[in-house]
Amino acid sequence: MNKPFAITLDVGSSLANHTGSWRTLRPLYVDRLPPCNNACPSGENIQGWLFHAEAGDYESAWRVLVQDNPLPAVMGRVCYHPCENSCNRGQLDSAVGINSVERFLGDEAIRRGWRFDLPAQRSGKHVLIVGAGPSGLSAAYHLARFGHQVTICDAAPQAGGMMRFGIPKYRLPRDVLDAEVRRILDLGVTLKLNTRVDNVLDAMQGGGFDAVFLAVGAHIGKRAYIPAGSAARIIDAVSVLRSMEGEEKPMLGRRVVVYGGGNTAIDVARTARRLGADEAVIVYRRTREKMPAHEFEVEEALQEGVLIKWLSTIKQVSDEGALTIEKMRLDEQGFPQPTGEFEALSSDTLVLALGQDVDLSLLDGVPGLEINNGTVQVSPNLMTGYPGIFAGGDMVPSERTVTVGIGHGKKAARNIDAWLRGETYAAAPKHELANYEKLNPWYYDDAPKTLRPTLDILRRLSTFEEVQGGLDESNALFEARRCLSCGNCFECDNCYGVCPDNAVIKLGPGKRFEFNYDYCKGCGICVSECPCGAIKMVPEEI
Amino acid sequence: MPFQPVKFYQTGTFTVGNRLLEPEVRSVQANMQRTNSLNSGHRACQGCGEALGARYAIDAAMNASNRQLIAANATGCLEVFSTPYPETSWQIPWLHSLFGNTAAVATGIAAAMRAKGRRDVRVIAQGGDGGTTDIGFGCLSGMFERNDDVLYICYDNEAYMNTGVQRSSATPPAARTATTMPVGPEPGNVFGQGKNLPQIAMAHNIPYVATATVADLHDLEYKVKKAIGIRGAKYIHIYVPCPLGWGAASHDTIKLARLVKESGLFPVYEAEHGVVTSVSRIRKRVPVEDYLRLQRRFAHLFGKVPAVATIARIQAMADQNIRKFGLLEEGTHS
Repeated sequence: MNKPFAITLDVGSSLANHTGSWRTLRPLYVDRLPPCNNACPSGENIQGWLFHAEAGDYESAWRVLVQDNPLPAVMGRVCYHPCENSCNRGQLDSAVGINSVERFLGDEAIRRGWRFDLPAQRSGKHVLIVGAGPSGLSAAYHLARFGHQVTICDAAPQAGGMMRFGIPKYRLPRDVLDAEVRRILDLGVTLKLNTRVDNVLDAMQGGGFDAVFLAVGAHIGKRAYIPAGSAARIIDAVSVLRSMEGEEKPMLGRRVVVYGGGNTAIDVARTARRLGADEAVIVYRRTREKMPAHEFEVEEALQEGVLIKWLSTIKQVSDEGALTIEKMRLDEQGFPQPTGEFEALSSDTLVLALGQDVDLSLLDGVPGLEINNGTVQVSPNLMTGYPGIFAGGDMVPSERTVTVGIGHGKKAARNIDAWLRGETYAAAPKHELANYEKLNPWYYDDAPKTLRPTLDILRRLSTFEEVQGGLDESNALFEARRCLSCGNCFECDNCYGVCPDNAVIKLGPGKRFEFNYDYCKGCGICVSECPCGAIKMVPEEI
Repeated sequence: MPFQPVKFYQTGTFTVGNRLLEPEVRSVQANMQRTNSLNSGHRACQGCGEALGARYAIDAAMNASNRQLIAANATGCLEVFSTPYPETSWQIPWLHSLFGNTAAVATGIAAAMRAKGRRDVRVIAQGGDGGTTDIGFGCLSGMFERNDDVLYICYDNEAYMNTGVQRSSATPPAARTATTMPVGPEPGNVFGQGKNLPQIAMAHNIPYVATATVADLHDLEYKVKKAIGIRGAKYIHIYVPCPLGWGAASHDTIKLARLVKESGLFPVYEAEHGVVTSVSRIRKRVPVEDYLRLQRRFAHLFGKVPAVATIARIQAMADQNIRKFGLLEEGTHS
């Protein structure tokens, strides 16, 4: 005992006092499901790729993106971005421009020539894909990356399906589409064009395929019965858009009437304006609010001088193209009812844009298939009633968009891969949703959305140049940094800083944090002050 | 020049760190090598604002002084919860003074360092609002008046918490404590009394006076660093919520500090030689009610018959601060 005066104990550190025993609630780091990811029909990990884009690491961002979707440059142009509609930032100022950042990444990948990683090993299995549209290409990509051999057959002279033969050039330039298709083919995928599959069973057995994915789309324009003179010029919208890809552009005349209210009707009317029609009139039986076409497309069409007659149906067409229009009104249920009031409208061409049907003739004689409402019925794993034949895209019951099609392709590929190995694919359980209430929005900087440039109106009326421009690097970076990273730690160090007990251990860049439960008293400040809702409190087990 | 926040990097400098910013503009607290001057294992209550504020301030001071720092600490919560014999949570040279003489002890340390020619060593005196505004006020005023080379930090939790929530001269009007009127027409602390210590410090014309809260770490660290770089008497008044004494949820500590500033009740500013040189403006103004409602010490204002007149008087105090210090951004309205 050689201690100073009045000292009987050695000096110790308070680290001997494990204050963690006070705790009744325990903080846990969690990953929650961001609403954008939850809303994406292609199942993209949007928050995940924005995380890399925020740091300016565009290649890593692109590589995370293409784990789910091999067509980001296409997506960044034609997707209706349900992600942005559900973005939590929309409740703060305006949604993150996810679609524009996606396009920037897609364009950057084309510009820099980034390529997909080749599969580590080959499975020796061979899969036939019928249809080189978004679903078929997406399935081919995923199956090839799983190591399977893939052959795509398509009846058309070029790949892309509705992306080429349905979506006008001013929304999707063809060099962009070509570049992204080529990158998929570079994985070793065989593409047979001008090859119609007339009977799928023959093709499957004759070609020695282990499985088939059908994605033929819906290319037959629906007809409606309209009494018409024999010389009346009535064509369907799909044919118009398809013939835009050929040498002979369709002759629509100076006055074009489009019948229907979907995106296809808008596409045809805008195409007609670019082909020189003085008047392009859309006739639709309900109101603007009820129109299935997307609001921004309607707006762009109106800017380009497309006229829309709401609450109108076409009753009759004369030989000279004079249309008889009946005014409608909406009843209490919102259905259009005839009013008995008529008016006349003249046209050189009437284009019907009333939806599309699927050509199911290749399925004749396949046992076990169920066809309903002109679409093929599939189980939740996208397999038809015939083992080994899967189907997706517009030919199965779904919302018919490119994004949904790409999502089907991924889902089918995962299920086909499991099926080829004699297993059943089980998706990982979804995390809890990171809704706005789980965030602490105080910490996010006030930053309004960056708007993309739009082509001037004169060029929109005379050319098929792309209407919507892209972001450059500086504003794409700004836009990516508007992401709130909902539900997923982005290493802001708040928990590490705000803990009064130093009970958060920082593990270093990219490694996130850990709780030191020896000292955590369970106050919950870290949970309250986590900007993105990536921590939760759970009762301590005693 | 006040603290300049960095904007447009997702969270800018609102968060403790930010992987998108250069390391030098991140806070000291974001650093894996921070001193942790007040280490784990201390006996402060769950969610203690004072423990947090003390680590924020002393880590920043350690960083700014190149770890050449000595602190004197008044009696109070901070001293009691950090050093129960024979343990200590402090990872710095640290002395416990009496309740009332911290400023004088720090003055002595500064004199000793000067005598030894250790101009690199910086001296801090720290205490709670009781030890600062009441019991240690005479020594503090003397330290100011002599312009001793000491940074005095007051952690203001608005009452004597260690001994059981007795009123101090920093207790706000209407707040209930163990020694204010428990019942009657106007329970809680009276209006029109108490001391505004940052303003009193400014009246001494000392080189630097600042206020801060635990809700704005970058601003707090900026002020501590600035004060450490100034020779002479400095005073920083840090607002630190007390979950136990205020009857607030332990997870609301930082939220309360944010609301008190955003309501205007606690103006955050700095002053040099008696003149206000910068104010932290209100970013998202809130009524005082948002702040008061989270605390049981004000629960009597929100009973079956809300004390509308009392709440209005508190709101008027906030409004007066907003006018006096110009707390709203130019062109913004309530």
